[in-house]
Amino acid sequence: MRISDIFNLKKINRSQTSGIILLILSALVLFFLNVPDGSYATFKLSRPNDALPLKDLVLSGGPFNTVASMILAFIGVRQFLKGGGRWIALSLGFGFLITIAAFLVWATADKSLNLTGMLQATVVRAVPIALGALAGLLSERVAVINIAIEGMLLAGAFTGALAGSLFGGWGGMISAIIIGGSFGFILATLVITFRMDQIIAGVVINLLVLGLTSYVSSQVFSEYRNLNNAPVFRAIKIPVLSDIPIIGPVIFSQNIFVYGALILVAITTYYLFYTRNGLRARAVGEHPKAADTLGINVIRTRYFHVVLAGAVAGFGGAWFTLGSVGRFDEGMTGGRGFIGLAAMIFGRWHPVGALSAALVFGFADSLQQKLALLNTPIPSEFLAMAPYLATIVVVAGIIGHARPPGAIGKPYQKE
Amino acid sequence: MDIELKGITKRFGSVIANDQINLQIKAGEVLGLLGENGAGKSTLMNILSGLYAPDEGKLLIDGIEVNFRGPGDSISAGIGMVHQHFMLVPIFSVAENVILGVEPVKTADYLDLSKARTLVNKISSEYGLSVPPDAIIEDLPVGIQQKVEIIKVLFREANVIIFDEPTAVLTPSEVEDFFSIVRALKASGKAIVFITHKLHEIKEIADRVTVLRHGRITGEGNPKRLTKEKLAEMMVGRQVAFTVNKIKSKIGQPVLKLKNIELHTKDNERVLKNINFSIKAGEIVGIAGIQGNGQTELIEVITGLRKNYTGEMFLGELDITRANARQRHVAGMAHIPEDRHKFGMVENFSITENIIINNYYEKRLSDFITINWIKARSAAALLCEEFDVRTPSVDLNGKSLSGGNQQKMVVARELGRKPKIVIAAQPTRGVDVGSIEYIHSRLVQSRDDGNGVLLISSELDEIISLSDRILVMYDGSIVAEFDNTDAKPKRNQIGLAMAGSTEEIYNEH
Repeated sequence: MRISDIFNLKKINRSQTSGIILLILSALVLFFLNVPDGSYATFKLSRPNDALPLKDLVLSGGPFNTVASMILAFIGVRQFLKGGGRWIALSLGFGFLITIAAFLVWATADKSLNLTGMLQATVVRAVPIALGALAGLLSERVAVINIAIEGMLLAGAFTGALAGSLFGGWGGMISAIIIGGSFGFILATLVITFRMDQIIAGVVINLLVLGLTSYVSSQVFSEYRNLNNAPVFRAIKIPVLSDIPIIGPVIFSQNIFVYGALILVAITTYYLFYTRNGLRARAVGEHPKAADTLGINVIRTRYFHVVLAGAVAGFGGAWFTLGSVGRFDEGMTGGRGFIGLAAMIFGRWHPVGALSAALVFGFADSLQQKLALLNTPIPSEFLAMAPYLATIVVVAGIIGHARPPGAIGKPYQKE
Repeated sequence: MDIELKGITKRFGSVIANDQINLQIKAGEVLGLLGENGAGKSTLMNILSGLYAPDEGKLLIDGIEVNFRGPGDSISAGIGMVHQHFMLVPIFSVAENVILGVEPVKTADYLDLSKARTLVNKISSEYGLSVPPDAIIEDLPVGIQQKVEIIKVLFREANVIIFDEPTAVLTPSEVEDFFSIVRALKASGKAIVFITHKLHEIKEIADRVTVLRHGRITGEGNPKRLTKEKLAEMMVGRQVAFTVNKIKSKIGQPVLKLKNIELHTKDNERVLKNINFSIKAGEIVGIAGIQGNGQTELIEVITGLRKNYTGEMFLGELDITRANARQRHVAGMAHIPEDRHKFGMVENFSITENIIINNYYEKRLSDFITINWIKARSAAALLCEEFDVRTPSVDLNGKSLSGGNQQKMVVARELGRKPKIVIAAQPTRGVDVGSIEYIHSRLVQSRDDGNGVLLISSELDEIISLSDRILVMYDGSIVAEFDNTDAKPKRNQIGLAMAGSTEEIYNEH
């Protein structure tokens, strides 16, 4: 499987559906996001003390959105009349980008918005989702459904705070990874050895972790505050690269968790699709009996990857405390693990796809934050919903049924 | 490399799958292992390939005793197995499947796929297999997939190759192709084990034959010297009739008529092309053809499982073109589906439930809104009795029956309602010889009772021995028709039509 395969869509009538979606977007931009002439949107691209400062991007709202609407209408009509399979994803992606741009112009009319800051926040907020998705796909690629990611993230966050307070940042991170891996081992034992229903086992772990961490947090942390006061990993500026405008602050001056997530995506991609053990892991997930007849130990392979998935989720969980606020709050993962699962499916069980999907969700998250500051007439909660709604439309209507690993959810048993 | 099995016994719970089996496998020789489904052939070979451990007995390779702890041990000892259900990862490429488990790698565990491709091509050309190394398995026809399995085994440098029912999924021409590969392998000094239940294959390819029944060896010898009848007797345990006794029947009015039936798939591919034929009361019409030439679609159209066809269809005088499956059923159509596990029965339903599943709504089986289980059970028991379904109780799961009894249960349900037309698709697939005989006799009886029977089968022998008329399907159309009552057609005439060369057929007529 190559990266281009991720967006390999079905041809049947999908292009017409995409055409209709684009036309609806065009109408939305034209009628709801119209900006009066003479109002300008100002986008800040760099901070004053940056090495290579860029000028602010100032756009005239009225003409920009009219043109945006026309472009959307044009590609919409083109898709509806004669869009090939290959063009669907491209036109839709382009269409969504233009719509978001038009939306931002409308929201920032007569105001100013720090665009680079928003993109930076996008990447930061994508980290736990991407790591959750990575944990999900490591385990699902060997056919073990991992609903427990949420719980593993929470366990990682909690351990990060506790062990971080006691042993410092690195100690906290390593402890979080070990605890995450341990929950991976518990899940593996339940579903691989005891062949428990994988969904139920995952839910049980989620509830167990939620209960345990909430109890300790409310009973112990409230008494001994110094146990919940972990150091936070600061951003590391990479020399030279971090001075590049826009890209520098967005990618090259982040903390260890952001770099870790990006490196893990790269390593996982290499591992799964270019190495011997990756090939074996995927074979175990697709057709375990075939793997078994070739002398590959199905049980051991599954254990290894589920534990690995737990460790990745533990690292992702540590982001909430060690990479962000330095303290643990009850249920602070707020469903990021489940969003990670959605990102994994949206990204078609491919690390790069999952990262891309996580960035979409991360963007949604940071957009909501910025819009709350801009005082738009729409309640920010509704704005926060829009990207998720778009995702549902894209996943259900355009991408359709993504194919999970062949043996997913089935315990392996020799007859 | 020679292998010897001494006193191998394997039990599954209380069932003895293999009982004191002694077997010798020799280099440069094809050993045929003959037996019906459930005779213990596959269990024996799974022991040899390391998937199961025997409860008793010894395994000697070149005179030295070995113990396999898993398939890996068996592979490294030089034993390769081609399973009946291919062990290929459908989304992997040919090369990836071939190297799985013994992958050539560069530094950092990096898969050396170019080396894999070269090796696949080398083995491929050595034995004339011609398999594209980068093709994805699920896009390949089963004949090619089997070649991939053979390459897989050769890639692991196996000296003993076990084929488990290798011809079950192949078309007649692919079988010929396969036999020549087996001969080439034999000539290169490999030991071959050929597992099958088909007698003519044993006679054609095996140098030595061992017959298994109920987990025991019931006969051994040179297949060239043993008659088909003798082999069958060893396999089944009694004498078997190879011909179906059929008297000339009274042909009546057409019971099923198809007019200009056309079917297109979603991708606008024409899968049924202008199908016209009728079946008269008192005749069996057989449809011969290599699988995948539209037979499945034709069955689905006739039985009402597919709606988007054009043309007209009549059951007697009744226009059933727009009728759904149940309406057709009620009007007198019976359907023995080609895949019994998917469409013929619900494995986790009891025999009673499986038998009433198409008429539970009738007054005689239900009270107002509930099913009357007392009546249902006695109706099921009666049908089991009538159709020789051997079971201690009608409350057992359908899954607990043997293949033959499952199929007889399906036949009982379908023929028990006295249909006017029977659509029998692969009615004896995966069924023991006794049940085959029985199902054949019921189909003939249904015809003698003045009903029409449409028989669709990939076994040409079955078509020839049962049918009064034979239609040949190729690429979605009926390409030839033969009368099979007085002047019987030659096998190769039908075979040619099955391969699509219609001109020669019509010239001979």
